[in-house]
Amino acid sequence: MSTENYTIIHPEDTDKHYTTLNLGPTHPATHGIFQNILTMDGEMVIDAEQTIGYIHRAFEKIAEHRPYYQITPLTDRLNYCSSPINNIGYQLAVEKLLGIKTNKRIDYMRVIIMELSRIADHLVCNSVIGVDSGALTGFVYIFQEREFIYEIFEEICGARLTTNIGRIGGFDRDFSPAVIHKIRQFLVRYEKALHEFENLFIRNRIFMDRTIKVGPISAERALAYGFTGPNLRAAGVDYDVRVASPYCSYNDFDFIIPVGTHGDTYDRFCVRQTEMWQSMKIIKDALDNLPQGDHIVREPFAVLPKKEDVYSKMEALIWHFKIVMGEIDAPKGEIYHSVEGGNGELGFYLVSEGGRAPYRLHFRRPCFIYYQAYPEMIKGGLLSDAIITMSSMNVIAGELDA
Amino acid sequence: MSNEEVLKQFLEKFDASDLHASESFDMLTITLNTGRIHDAIKFLRNDLGFGFLTDICGIHYPDAEKQLGVIYHLHNLQENIRIRLKTFVTIANPNVPTVTDLFAGANWMERETFDFYGIIFDGHPNLKRILNVDYLDYYPLRKEYPLEDPTREDKEDHFFGR
Repeated sequence: MSTENYTIIHPEDTDKHYTTLNLGPTHPATHGIFQNILTMDGEMVIDAEQTIGYIHRAFEKIAEHRPYYQITPLTDRLNYCSSPINNIGYQLAVEKLLGIKTNKRIDYMRVIIMELSRIADHLVCNSVIGVDSGALTGFVYIFQEREFIYEIFEEICGARLTTNIGRIGGFDRDFSPAVIHKIRQFLVRYEKALHEFENLFIRNRIFMDRTIKVGPISAERALAYGFTGPNLRAAGVDYDVRVASPYCSYNDFDFIIPVGTHGDTYDRFCVRQTEMWQSMKIIKDALDNLPQGDHIVREPFAVLPKKEDVYSKMEALIWHFKIVMGEIDAPKGEIYHSVEGGNGELGFYLVSEGGRAPYRLHFRRPCFIYYQAYPEMIKGGLLSDAIITMSSMNVIAGELDA
Repeated sequence: MSNEEVLKQFLEKFDASDLHASESFDMLTITLNTGRIHDAIKFLRNDLGFGFLTDICGIHYPDAEKQLGVIYHLHNLQENIRIRLKTFVTIANPNVPTVTDLFAGANWMERETFDFYGIIFDGHPNLKRILNVDYLDYYPLRKEYPLEDPTREDKEDHFFGR
């Protein structure tokens, strides 16, 4: 057949029209306030441009005007899925500046709390991946366990989501027997729940088809973009702050760092899943070997004295007043301290020029840094893949916008 | 590799005039002039293995001659050693070369620094505000801007620094 009667149209010759789709700022599928202006070809994402900053609350500015102990509640609102890690990370940074050494009991208590919140964080992320791929069941069931973690936090510090847990130098009170009992109870019931949850997803054909090779990133690109945490490990780099620069006696515990191979959504899911198992192991080890000791370092210049001393001793009353009014001068210096947050390396760059408040406090927020790779990861994929990629990256608006 | 070795190798490449090196809480801190910062980061990345850009942030010292600073934190993941680089510029001429050609992740970090301090990163592909609104006409983390509205009279408290 001759082609003379036909006009052959090459795709590049056509005047192609792309659709611009405004995904967000509030959209039920994005779990937070994110705007993405997508350029679409049919259902395929050609390009994306993110707008962020919708819930910017100027924490870095506020922190320059607050005494050190009043900054902990600000860090709650960064990654609000795992606020205890933010709290303790900040307290560790200040302790390093002040030269406070904590005892093993405080370290172990912190490890338990941080691993519990890591579980809470990963659990939200993984169950939401399920929701975005159409499997609501896992989410509904596993959220009971998150509720139980919040009950433990409530027992420890009285708050659930924005915890303001602990103090500079330790904790305001020791673990009560009820806390220990609840954590033990949690370890038993969560093992069962996590098994059930895993059975729903990990070898589920539909889930695998929806997530494998979706939103991949190579190890090189991930490092160039400054990825840390589970997202970097899913790409195959075994960098974990808990191992690379151990804090809180993490080197006492034996745990593995799971890594993926392709850096896709399925790998990110599996890495988080394995990390939850490892976190449970760490909590169990820490609880079994919880050393004896005081729950707070008694450094008068940084830690509130005991209440009975405040009422009976002059000096304790003076320190109490000075600390509460924020009249304690910190030494000059600058430090960078980082912890392994739910999303990766959560860093605190603290510059002190003396005085009651930091001269400069910068939060290295892992979300903010890796979310910029999002357009690269979703280009060429479908819109529904873009949604699931975002939830598997675990972008938390609070951490993104500071 | 220790801080001393890094500094030694660094000084072999960059002469020690107008360069200040110190150590603060186990982290090597090098202050360089702005003209050499890009070369320094490139050298650290390519030759000394500092292939991971942890963070970029700004700082403002209103009383200094060069008021604005940019602080880089780099990390050598193989040797597990970190380094901090600093460079300072004047408010009248707040230009710093971009490092987005070396690290893709520097893009938003530099935009954030620009947004809050007004430091202009020369060669940045998309230097515009990121967290604040586009029409903001000042740089809010500079020290001259108070936390609260200075015209308010109902919240004066001279004793506790507010």
